[in-house]
Amino acid sequence: MKWKTDDGGWSPYLAGALLGLLAIASVLATTQFLGKTSYLGASTTFVRAAGILERTIIADHVASNKYYTETKVRVDWQFMLVMGIVLGALISSIMDKSFRLESIPPTWEERFGPSIGKRAIGAFAGGVIAMVGARLADGCPSGHGLSGMMQLSVSSLVALVMFFGVGVLVAHMVYGRRTP
Amino acid sequence: MNTGQWLGLITGVLFGFLLQKGRVLRFDKQVGAMLLQDMTIFKFMLSAILLGMVGILLLSNLEIITLSHKPMNVGAVLFGGALFGAGWAIMGFCPGTSLGALGEGRWHAVFAIIGMVAGAALYAELYPFLKLTVLAWKDFGKLGLPEAIGISQWVIVPIFWVGIIALFFWFEKKKL
Repeated sequence: MKWKTDDGGWSPYLAGALLGLLAIASVLATTQFLGKTSYLGASTTFVRAAGILERTIIADHVASNKYYTETKVRVDWQFMLVMGIVLGALISSIMDKSFRLESIPPTWEERFGPSIGKRAIGAFAGGVIAMVGARLADGCPSGHGLSGMMQLSVSSLVALVMFFGVGVLVAHMVYGRRTP
Repeated sequence: MNTGQWLGLITGVLFGFLLQKGRVLRFDKQVGAMLLQDMTIFKFMLSAILLGMVGILLLSNLEIITLSHKPMNVGAVLFGGALFGAGWAIMGFCPGTSLGALGEGRWHAVFAIIGMVAGAALYAELYPFLKLTVLAWKDFGKLGLPEAIGISQWVIVPIFWVGIIALFFWFEKKKL
């Protein structure tokens, strides 16, 4: 097993193990400084972002919407965590020169051609479906996949099986069976 | 910014850094896993889980932190999980990795991000209806596996470790 990948990245086992340590440090830090244990997650932030954007146009509607009220539309710990991911990935990719401006992912282009419009529609539609699903399931691969599995939550085990099972099925339908 | 926001930002930067170093942010890695051709994201995720679970379960046993299981609401987890899987395959990112992909220059992730914000807004509108239907079917509440099957977590954890490490060896053998 190599510690570095050919393009200067780290072994996924090593980077993953370090993320495990970060998850432990993070529950300790949130318990200590915020008085409540918080777990790594991402999808709730999309609800807050939607609420913040909607509030600039239809403030009354957001104030009276039950889901927004329950979620509490504000820039909180997780919101900044998600913003931090952008910055952390930027720093890392600049450091090891893997930063690339990419407008179409190679796998997508192979199947659907170089049209950015097509990719935009696919990504948008996929995003809508995935987020409705993540909010319904109450978590995404961060909240369920990482944090829930670390706590041995039954819901996270089931959610992860559904995420990946249906993901495999739909990916084969959309991208076709290609030989590696 | 308050303490919580600063703490979130610092944790997020480290999270994003590790996601990028592990090379799991890319569309091709995510779709590659779903096409069963490249297991990088699972090597990363499962390694994190193996270490994280020992620390988190231990800290919770010592009553230093509290666990926070997400509810095992049958309709929500099954339906929501399936919808997420379908959307994930088409978009090629999950919520966290879409932001990271943007950070490493894969700017087409913005379409996925806009879609997810729209999806969240749509969910907020659907919520009252879902609350009366899918969410109302059957809820087992916040349930941990040890309580659910009546076996101590310190029996489950070693079994989990052995199983996952065997899976890692298989991934390497098959060059996935």
